[in-house]
Amino acid sequence: MEPLVVLQFAAPVAIAAVGETVCQRGGIINIGLEGTMLAGAFFATLTSLATQNPWLGILVGIAAGTIVSLISSWFTVKLAADQVVVGTAINLLAMGVTSTLFRSRFGQSGQLLSVPGLKPFAVIPYLGPIDGVVLFLLLSIPLVRYLLWGTTWGLALRASGEYPKSAEAAGFSVGKLRVGAMAIGGLFGGLAGAYLSLGIAGTFAENMTSGRGFVAIAMVTFGRWRPGFVFAAALLVGFAESMQFRVQTLNLHIPFQFLVAAPYILALLVLVIVGKGSVAPAALGVAYKREK
Amino acid sequence: MKRAAITIVGLATILILTLLVFNLPLANSLGFLAKGAFGDKFAIARTILKTVPLTLTGLGILVAWRAGMYNIGGEGQFIVGGIAGAWMAKSALQANLPAPAITVLILVACMAGGAGWAGIAAWMQVKRGVEVVISTILLNFVAIQLLNYVAAGPLQEAKKQLPLTDLLPAQVMLPKFDRQTDLHAGIFIVLAAVALVYVYLFLTKGGFRLRLVGENPRVARANLVNAHSVQFRAMLLSGALCGLAAGVEYTALAGQLGAGFSQNWGFLAIPVALLSNLHPLLLLLSALYFGALFSGSENLARFTTAGTTLIYVIQAAAVLGFVALRSIADKKPVQTEAA
Repeated sequence: MEPLVVLQFAAPVAIAAVGETVCQRGGIINIGLEGTMLAGAFFATLTSLATQNPWLGILVGIAAGTIVSLISSWFTVKLAADQVVVGTAINLLAMGVTSTLFRSRFGQSGQLLSVPGLKPFAVIPYLGPIDGVVLFLLLSIPLVRYLLWGTTWGLALRASGEYPKSAEAAGFSVGKLRVGAMAIGGLFGGLAGAYLSLGIAGTFAENMTSGRGFVAIAMVTFGRWRPGFVFAAALLVGFAESMQFRVQTLNLHIPFQFLVAAPYILALLVLVIVGKGSVAPAALGVAYKREK
Repeated sequence: MKRAAITIVGLATILILTLLVFNLPLANSLGFLAKGAFGDKFAIARTILKTVPLTLTGLGILVAWRAGMYNIGGEGQFIVGGIAGAWMAKSALQANLPAPAITVLILVACMAGGAGWAGIAAWMQVKRGVEVVISTILLNFVAIQLLNYVAAGPLQEAKKQLPLTDLLPAQVMLPKFDRQTDLHAGIFIVLAAVALVYVYLFLTKGGFRLRLVGENPRVARANLVNAHSVQFRAMLLSGALCGLAAGVEYTALAGQLGAGFSQNWGFLAIPVALLSNLHPLLLLLSALYFGALFSGSENLARFTTAGTTLIYVIQAAAVLGFVALRSIADKKPVQTEAA
């Protein structure tokens, strides 16, 4: 299989995971990533269907993801609520809203739509097709790396993930930093979802993200909170996912269900192998409240 | 009293707002919902039948969360519990045991299966520091594929036509009160489970330790409570309860396993548990509310474009509202986390 095709399969998880890296570096574990992706996938599909323009779809998908993420951050940052509880509720909300709207527009059973999808702009010999979103993914890795390690904002954000008091003492608002990180995470999450529906599936289906948001979170841990490693980790999952299609053509006698489960099993195995370790942001998952 | 009033008004507001947001005719929709949930004895029976798995899986979630283990894998534990039960049914039926013994064995196997599946996540958390919230959801997806595999492979029906397990013989099924409504003896199992979890959590030393580990790990450590073993046990109990839910569904209603075995029970259970404020007795009310909403929305789906997926919206809004209210009401001096 051509390498860029594997990259294509890996892209939704990879994009979401790169965004999640920013959130987690700032101290927020965005459990609602799954819902963010689902919202992106759904509203991208709707827009592309209505306007016949997949790029508009991608943009609306990004906007939807960002909005979902900002709603989530209002609870986790502003109200300092439990991040797991809020994330779980956000996932439910996205699943409920997208499924209900989908059924009311396209019928209870959910028909297959044919949606104007994203086309590759070039086919590179030996490597395969490449489209705008995959290109963006490749460019975003050094960009996020620069953002986190090359800018003052990135330094302050990492401080708010390690020891929030120090960021506050230096005159930064942990709240603003974290909301900013969540906006970036939402942008990436929405794009990841939009690419899943418009770039890969060419349609929307209820709950179509099927755990990719959680796989992405697992890949952030596996990639040790570094964009480059996180991307490489996501490639591994993309490879496992593309195996489903490859093994069928190779006619090996592996139960199909095992192949579908393979990305999840892989994610679990790598988590067991690497463990949490000591490099995780120290204040990850801990709400910050200013002392009064 | 005040909190009860706020809860009822809040839930009613959320329901109405949700219907309005999705552009449904308000009065008619409320009518369909009420009729589907309480309209006649069949509707009431359906509501109770949906409350049964919601309560059992809800209790499972509750026990784990009380110990600070964010188990969101009730779905996977439910499914693997069912698989273990179906496997036990196959072996026990071949061994020609008396019917009541087979039923008990199936239920025990379901609990063991659920506990085992939760045990994987517990082990990962305790020994490898892998967050339960991530591992349990990944295990859900593995469980779904495992079910698809066994239902089309090792445990497939004798006719080998559909991806379903063999139907349990009638004498192995849990007894039913009457033929019309499907109400079954599993209701007693549910009531017993609620009582037992309540007694365990609030009246035993083990339950006290479990709550202590969840609420204040530092105090637990200072008192030489082994948090890891407490959390491990909480997860096993949690998985066993989710497995029991599957056992009751299997032996009382479904009689066989296939892709649609779980109607997202393990998933719906999370908000059910959260809205009960993790209290077993309130959980029964919370499960009843969402059980009613479930059967009501099935009726709604017959007459409007909206259906059972509305429950997710209402659940999510309720949890978020609950979280917001509690955060705003929380005027205690803030504990800032030190390294």
